[in-house]
Amino acid sequence: MSGSAEEVRKHIATYKKIAGALAVGTIVTVLASYLDVSVAIGITIALIIATTKASLVANYFMHLGEERSQWLMVSLGLTAVFWLFLMLVPLWTFSDHIGVVKTLPNANAHEMAEGEEH
Amino acid sequence: MEIPYTVAERPDTGLNNVKLGIWLFLASEVMLFGGLFSTYVLLRVGAVEWPLGAEFLNIPIGTVNTVILIASSVTMVMAYASLKLGDFAKYKTYMLATVLLPVLFLCIKGYEYYEKVSHDHLPSHSTFLAIYWTMTALHGLHIIGGIVVNGYFWGPGSKMWHVKREMFENRVEAAGLYWHFVDLVWIFLFPVLYLL
Repeated sequence: MSGSAEEVRKHIATYKKIAGALAVGTIVTVLASYLDVSVAIGITIALIIATTKASLVANYFMHLGEERSQWLMVSLGLTAVFWLFLMLVPLWTFSDHIGVVKTLPNANAHEMAEGEEH
Repeated sequence: MEIPYTVAERPDTGLNNVKLGIWLFLASEVMLFGGLFSTYVLLRVGAVEWPLGAEFLNIPIGTVNTVILIASSVTMVMAYASLKLGDFAKYKTYMLATVLLPVLFLCIKGYEYYEKVSHDHLPSHSTFLAIYWTMTALHGLHIIGGIVVNGYFWGPGSKMWHVKREMFENRVEAAGLYWHFVDLVWIFLFPVLYLL
């Protein structure tokens, strides 16, 4: 944050609005968790709200929206790419059977089969 | 000999060293917590069954903690803005709030941990609790670190304001960036662990 006292006061007014938005976002997150939706949709809604709140913090509180340094943008851009890769790797591992119901093996199957024979 | 570019911007990066350094550190923290979030995804996708957060965790308490941490992020940025306006007294007030609010957060978290332990909901109990304890404990350690740093800048460190004003502002800005990041992590941690 640079500039005159006037600019700083404008920033302060913005901070108060963002604080309000974050409070509303928190309430919406909690209320959304009570919606009767599938797990996948629930996760999607929660992450959209969380990402929106995180963007507000990053953009306004961390002043990322005002930064113009190419070094910074490239470093953070690379970080974002690597982070996305980190998130996707476990999903790719399971991508061939996401959503397939897993059944536990019956530990007593052998005894039950013997019982049926008798 | 003075360390260069603690105040002046480097011509090649366009930033002072303090700001570039803290952002690079935060990039490494993204990978640290990202690894744990990735672990959570792997464990959950691979699990036969996974409990709802509400089965083990108290959502109202988690919500209160979220509000407390967001409030501390607001007071942190207001502390920095007060420095830019030259109002040292207001800076001290806001910075004190930034130190005390996370102390309250940790007290509430400590109560949550106590409840878990007394009900034998330890990391060894289930995969969900293992990842819950790991992620919230690591986040808690980051909060303690932030309290120490912000406490220093409220207390003995604030003497620099009277001697090297701009350098002190930059240090508080860097501490603020770290603190907002800690808040960011909780913004994702709360819904992922408590609500899903």
